[in-house]
Amino acid sequence: MAAVITAAVPAASSSLDWIRRNPTIVIGSTILGLFVAIALIAPWIAGDPLSFDPLNRLKRPSKEFWFGTDQFGRDVFSRVVYGTRISLIVGVSVAVIATVTGLLVGVLCGYYRRLDDIVMRVMDGLMAIPAILLAIALITLMKASLLIVVIAISIPEIPRVVRLVRSVVLSVRGLPYIEAAVASGARSRIIMTRHILPSTVAPLVVQSTYVCASAILIEAGLSFLGAGTPPEIPSWGNVISLGRAFFQISPWIIFFPGLMLAIAVLAINLVGDGLRDSLDPRIARRM
Amino acid sequence: MTAYIVRRLLATIPVMVVVALFVFLLLHLTPGDPAAVIAGDDASPADIEAIRRKLGLDLAIWQQFVIYVGNLLRGDLGTSIFSNLPVLTLVKQRLEPSLVLAVSTLVLAIALAIPMGVLAAWKARSWIDRVVMGFSVLGFAVPVFLIGYLLIYVFAIELRWLPVQGYRPLAQGIEQTARSILLPAIALSMVYMALIARMTRASMLEVLSEDYIRTAHSKGVATIVVLLRHALKNAAVPIVTVIGIGLTLLISGVVITETVFNIPGLGRLTVDAILKRDYPIIQGLIILFAGAKVLVNLMIDISYVFFDPRIRY
Repeated sequence: MAAVITAAVPAASSSLDWIRRNPTIVIGSTILGLFVAIALIAPWIAGDPLSFDPLNRLKRPSKEFWFGTDQFGRDVFSRVVYGTRISLIVGVSVAVIATVTGLLVGVLCGYYRRLDDIVMRVMDGLMAIPAILLAIALITLMKASLLIVVIAISIPEIPRVVRLVRSVVLSVRGLPYIEAAVASGARSRIIMTRHILPSTVAPLVVQSTYVCASAILIEAGLSFLGAGTPPEIPSWGNVISLGRAFFQISPWIIFFPGLMLAIAVLAINLVGDGLRDSLDPRIARRM
Repeated sequence: MTAYIVRRLLATIPVMVVVALFVFLLLHLTPGDPAAVIAGDDASPADIEAIRRKLGLDLAIWQQFVIYVGNLLRGDLGTSIFSNLPVLTLVKQRLEPSLVLAVSTLVLAIALAIPMGVLAAWKARSWIDRVVMGFSVLGFAVPVFLIGYLLIYVFAIELRWLPVQGYRPLAQGIEQTARSILLPAIALSMVYMALIARMTRASMLEVLSEDYIRTAHSKGVATIVVLLRHALKNAAVPIVTVIGIGLTLLISGVVITETVFNIPGLGRLTVDAILKRDYPIIQGLIILFAGAKVLVNLMIDISYVFFDPRIRY
């Protein structure tokens, strides 16, 4: 992420200036950096998220248990800290899988018109299925694992990326410089990679941040419904799901992971909004 | 117009075919034996065999597909593995709460978000604009279950104004239903409001910079009339489009919201099906939701004619 952000900076302006013009990117990526740090140093700042402690069941937040404990006496703080890892892994993996697959299919569709007809019908069909239900269907049929969750969340995101890439390719295709490349005998592969691909980068980077945020929310939603990450893994959705039964007496089991979830998604969206505004002024005016 | 509607209706067929093919293939292309996974870890070979027969997995794949599509065309969405009831019957039993929740959310979101967006665009860069935009950024980030539990905590547990959870059917009187559906509808409408308010503001900003708006102002038309009749109507097409796009959000949201508020609707049906790995129910729900979404998108396309007479089909 950091590499992408620095790449987007016009080299001429001073960095302080840039920060002033893009406050959302700075705020968003700072928070995001904090989350990455928490995920990395989890074992040093939090205790065992799995160890049961029957004597300390459903304890209120205190000096000893910052976020309280759940019905098994597990430290909610530890579970939330370790949950950061799961959410970030899911968000980033889904963003990468969906973006790469979508880019590939989208460029091919935009370039080879005959392929386009068939593939876009398939994409229309996939887009008609609500993302959560599609993921639930996949997960019902397979043994739950983090990988299955990532794949299940990626599939419904792919059509959105395909559509975006395809629309960019279609708008670029008709431009004179592509005609010139074709006329000068450039091969299709070269035209696609060297001349068309670069114009998809800016919108794709923006889109992938939104995919990442949405993936994190969907993972939490799926785990909350009991169709997500295996229950023994402390993901935010799983922590919230377990807290449901005790919500009236121990709301902290739900509030803290929920809050972290909201802040993480907010931070990613802020980065996305900022990138969108600075990379593509045309969209910025429209939104 | 009629020709257009017929053409669009026909165009929904390939979409639904893809949806049907997808849920069908999912059962067959997933690695491992779905019958064994559905039966659970401590199932005997005989149990697995029974489920395999129920799902029709013992037939040749083309036979299965012909039977499946034939059933769909006759309105048969399949049969639950565990209760042996037709999926359509189960859906009908659970439809009312979900429909009430979805419609109240839609009405609430549209009724609040469009004025918010109009106001934000009219007073662009003022504090009102900032509040509305801030709200819409938050609305996208805060998950529906967090909003839901916060609302329950404040309005049901602390203030005791509204029931904590559960649903009162319309047969028990609309007032009881409204009381039971108010918090869930607010929780679910947040993300939807964020989406609609954002698009309304963007679309209005574009229209408000047009010459005819300045003309209307300068010939003394009241501001409210300019905003609503001259601007909002012309800004409507993208707003209506985004309302349609948001429908998918709404369907996913219904499932989660019903779980938070303990509402016995289609969401609960889904969750029960997940727990029992009752695939035919999930399959049927996907067909149903996808069909609903396709139909609503069709209606939205047709509604463009009303907002923009330049659009002719």
